[in-house]
Amino acid sequence: MAHLVQAMEIFRYHPERDAEPVFQRYDVPYRDDWVVLDAINYIKDHVDGTLAYRWSCRMGVCGSCGMMINGAPRLSCATFLKEFYPRPIRVEPLANFPVQRDLVIALDDFIAKLPRIAPWIVRENEPPLAAGEFRQTPEQLDRYKQFSMCINCMLCYAACPVYGLRPVFLGPATIALAQRYNLDSRDQGQAGREAVLTSDDGGIWDCTLVGECTTVCPAHVDPAAAIQQAKLRGALRWVQNVLLPWGRA
Amino acid sequence: MRTYQRPLPLLWWVRTPAYLRFVIREFTSVFIAAYLVLFLILLVRVKAGPEPYAAYLRWLASPAVLGFHVMALAAALYHTVTWLNLTPLALVVRVRGRRVAPAAIIAVNVAAWLLISILVARLILR
Repeated sequence: MAHLVQAMEIFRYHPERDAEPVFQRYDVPYRDDWVVLDAINYIKDHVDGTLAYRWSCRMGVCGSCGMMINGAPRLSCATFLKEFYPRPIRVEPLANFPVQRDLVIALDDFIAKLPRIAPWIVRENEPPLAAGEFRQTPEQLDRYKQFSMCINCMLCYAACPVYGLRPVFLGPATIALAQRYNLDSRDQGQAGREAVLTSDDGGIWDCTLVGECTTVCPAHVDPAAAIQQAKLRGALRWVQNVLLPWGRA
Repeated sequence: MRTYQRPLPLLWWVRTPAYLRFVIREFTSVFIAAYLVLFLILLVRVKAGPEPYAAYLRWLASPAVLGFHVMALAAALYHTVTWLNLTPLALVVRVRGRRVAPAAIIAVNVAAWLLISILVARLILR
């Protein structure tokens, strides 16, 4: 077989040297069983060892290798070269995030937002260990399971124009995770999360339902649904508290 | 740590078809708002007496204003259909422990919309 070549245009930015990022072109061998991450690993191993990027599992589980691939947020381990060949593939760091270096984004904002919605099971009074485990029916599990599949890959944040325009927005994955615990029969922390979720400062009402978070999610979490369900719940709570104060929940 | 913040281009909303569809859906509200302004003027003219009211009706019947109303109707239909298609995201209905299919939720919403539209139309066009 003749040597087929795939052109890669990679976003390069070195914080200590560059004022502005540039795109650097690399030609890598084309193989129809290669994903974009394989091509980037080839560059790192054989062409240019200075290229910085994150990856770990290369099988869509760890959520480390999200990148903008020809303008769309994708896991580079799950995006095949053959989808684009012979057109060039342009790889950029995930949109809406500050760039640390090359394809590496700064996650500080997400890491700071995450604990605000208490993404763990909150109990008002913890029963003693001797009381045994918390049991759940398959139906109770089914209520939140989809929202628990998030791999924190940040593709939804890169796809969300609201987050791009208004970085204070909690964002799709954080709200989906809040909903994951709110819907868990073992959890008693809904009231605390609600205060954060319905806050005017980046809460659920910032979402205008573009819906792209759900489209790009590689784990089929459907964050757009989580946000809309949280809005419905917030609106019903408002009706209860403001219009029917005697029925205060 | 020094980082590089990429500027968001002014035309971010034309970058993907999904963003464009979203912005069109939001933009249809402008037509609906404009239609409501014309409707409010109609109420003012009704109060002003038969002659201003008849003059306003003649203006409403002019081709340009009719054209606007056709566009406003199309915008309202686009907004309504795309919005009703999104209702299963927010509405999780369980019957006997099983989640009702999204298509069924859309169907109930569309049926309610058509029913209410027919009732309103019958009330007005009697």
